[in-house]
Amino acid sequence: MTAAKLIMNEINGYHRFIKLMMVLTGVGALASLVRFIFGLGVTTNLNDTYPWGLWISFDVVTAVPLAAGAFTIGIVAHVFHIKKLEPLVRPAIVTGFLGYSLVCVGLLLDLGQPQRGINVLRYWNIHSPMLEVSMCVMAYTTVLTLEFLHPVAEKFGWHLPLRLLRTLELPFAILAAMISTLHQSTLGTFFLIAVDKLHNLWYNPLLPVQFWLSAMFTGLSIVIFEASLVHKYMGQPDESELLATLTKIIPWVMGVYLFVKFYALAFLSHGPLFDRPVLLALFLTEVIAGVILPMGMFFTKRIKTDKKMQLRAASLVIFGLILNRFNVSMFGMEQPGQLIYAPSIVESLVTIGIIAAHVLFFVLIAKYFPVFEHHPEATDYTIPDHFHRIEALTAGARNEVRG
Amino acid sequence: MSNATIDYGKNRTFLIDTTKCTGCRGCQVACKQWNQLKAENTHFFSGEGYQNPPAMSEYTFTRIKFKDYQKNGQNEFAFYKEMCMHCNDPACASVCPVGAFRKTAEGPVVYDDKRCIGCRFCMMACPFGVPKYEWSKAFPLVKKCTGCYSRVKGGQKPACATACPTAISYGSRADMVKEAEKRLKAKPERYFPAIYGKEEAGGTSVLYLTHQPLDELGFKPVTKRPLPSYTWQALRFVPGIFLGVGGTLSLVSWFQHRKDRIRREEEEHAAKKADANKEVSK
Repeated sequence: MTAAKLIMNEINGYHRFIKLMMVLTGVGALASLVRFIFGLGVTTNLNDTYPWGLWISFDVVTAVPLAAGAFTIGIVAHVFHIKKLEPLVRPAIVTGFLGYSLVCVGLLLDLGQPQRGINVLRYWNIHSPMLEVSMCVMAYTTVLTLEFLHPVAEKFGWHLPLRLLRTLELPFAILAAMISTLHQSTLGTFFLIAVDKLHNLWYNPLLPVQFWLSAMFTGLSIVIFEASLVHKYMGQPDESELLATLTKIIPWVMGVYLFVKFYALAFLSHGPLFDRPVLLALFLTEVIAGVILPMGMFFTKRIKTDKKMQLRAASLVIFGLILNRFNVSMFGMEQPGQLIYAPSIVESLVTIGIIAAHVLFFVLIAKYFPVFEHHPEATDYTIPDHFHRIEALTAGARNEVRG
Repeated sequence: MSNATIDYGKNRTFLIDTTKCTGCRGCQVACKQWNQLKAENTHFFSGEGYQNPPAMSEYTFTRIKFKDYQKNGQNEFAFYKEMCMHCNDPACASVCPVGAFRKTAEGPVVYDDKRCIGCRFCMMACPFGVPKYEWSKAFPLVKKCTGCYSRVKGGQKPACATACPTAISYGSRADMVKEAEKRLKAKPERYFPAIYGKEEAGGTSVLYLTHQPLDELGFKPVTKRPLPSYTWQALRFVPGIFLGVGGTLSLVSWFQHRKDRIRREEEEHAAKKADANKEVSK
């Protein structure tokens, strides 16, 4: 059998859901080709009034905090050294790696001159939040790629890199947290320049702090969300006991977030807050359904053992975050009387394709690499004695003793 | 970038007295000619009113807006020339990751299309909605009024200011502000008592005098603070936060690992003691 046939056979054996994801990814890739052939103006509903649309709002501004699980769980498991949580780290890193790689794809599609993306490294404008975010995204994607090599090295039995990566786990976790703090918050700084455009419900000088805090509790919620789903649908081990530890941390971060949000709203925002009923409704939905309700759920005792409740609360948090990022980057920017922006078919297909690609690659990586099966205490991190150095040394020592 | 010590008084500045504008649109034509811009399909009443084209675009850097109003039962027109304001401290220049925008010493804010990566942050940031995009192209760039930088460098006036028979004066910012204030004082009944652009967005190299209240003519109410200062008040913390987070987490991890090690040693110690006790009791 040829290699192609082997691959076809393998694919034929996949579940229907994976096949659907493959189709959606393919359609998304085709749609992005269409964008390059016919141009942004024809294929998207972007215009001079709405220079940023779905691709920035979802593929960048929302996808980055949704990929924050890797750095938050890294802090909890490695920096705070809660060793029992280590099994949760690897899936989060795979998610982060895929998330950031796809953010890069989305960003390149949205740029007018993607072939000049490298200019960001050539001409620095340190006053630009965009410079900071693109630098951080590049740096962090590199870190995540290295971290992702961990399961790859384990799969193929590359002992030396495996040992090295194991040693670098903690420094990488700290580096990831440093970089993520910067760009998660700076995504909020983007919108500080929109002084008279973004509605007062969201515009205030503490927006970057809110973006950072919400990225953290969402990152941890994503870990819960994913672990629950792969347990349910992929037959992976039940981690709800470990997740219970996370449910103790999340509500406190959410509490701080709510405090900052309301403090900023009460004391730091200018102008009318209640003049746009639709925006007010969006704001209330985001805060009540997306923050207060799940926070209440996380504070209950039942959530420590109730798997369904963990999944529900995490889903609400994720919903709240998505709505928040859309409110800031899209809905809150719409001026009264303006034509309302809605994404075009090509824009939607590309974004759906990106989401499908994420799910698809995650499932495939989990299928072929030790992502969930990994337990650090059971992994062999020793380096085999290929060159018989240790043998020679010990032999030498023996000889010396004899001599 | 927000530098209070820079003297903007010497910047070449437009003073546009809309009360003297006749709506001839000579400036629009001159701009198209000098910048070699394509004509656009025009329709009457396709935009907010009588003006054409309906909006500034990649092909139209400046445009006269018409405003209908009634005076003593008569229909009247007021005009307003839309163009890049050439801010003293431009938002577009501060947000551009590759520094494609630059405030020149002469006054115009210019754009370097060789650097641009096409992220459109300038369009998001501009409080006046000036930068426009080449939506028709597969690899678009940004387009905006250049302030006729090449002409200004050569000692000439910009094309629109040269073509305008009545309303546009062009000179140093200090002189133009002085002139505007003089006119306001001399004929208070003729003017709305404000110079748009004197303080808007931290001051601009385009100043307007009007008869109507500014908002009625379609001037956007814009903050008086230079826009780059809004993002800089957050961005300036970046190096400190980067190192602070790194330092704090390193300390925390050192402390947590030490705690773990001590616990382990104590356990081993206790185990040894227990062993020893067992031996003794034997």
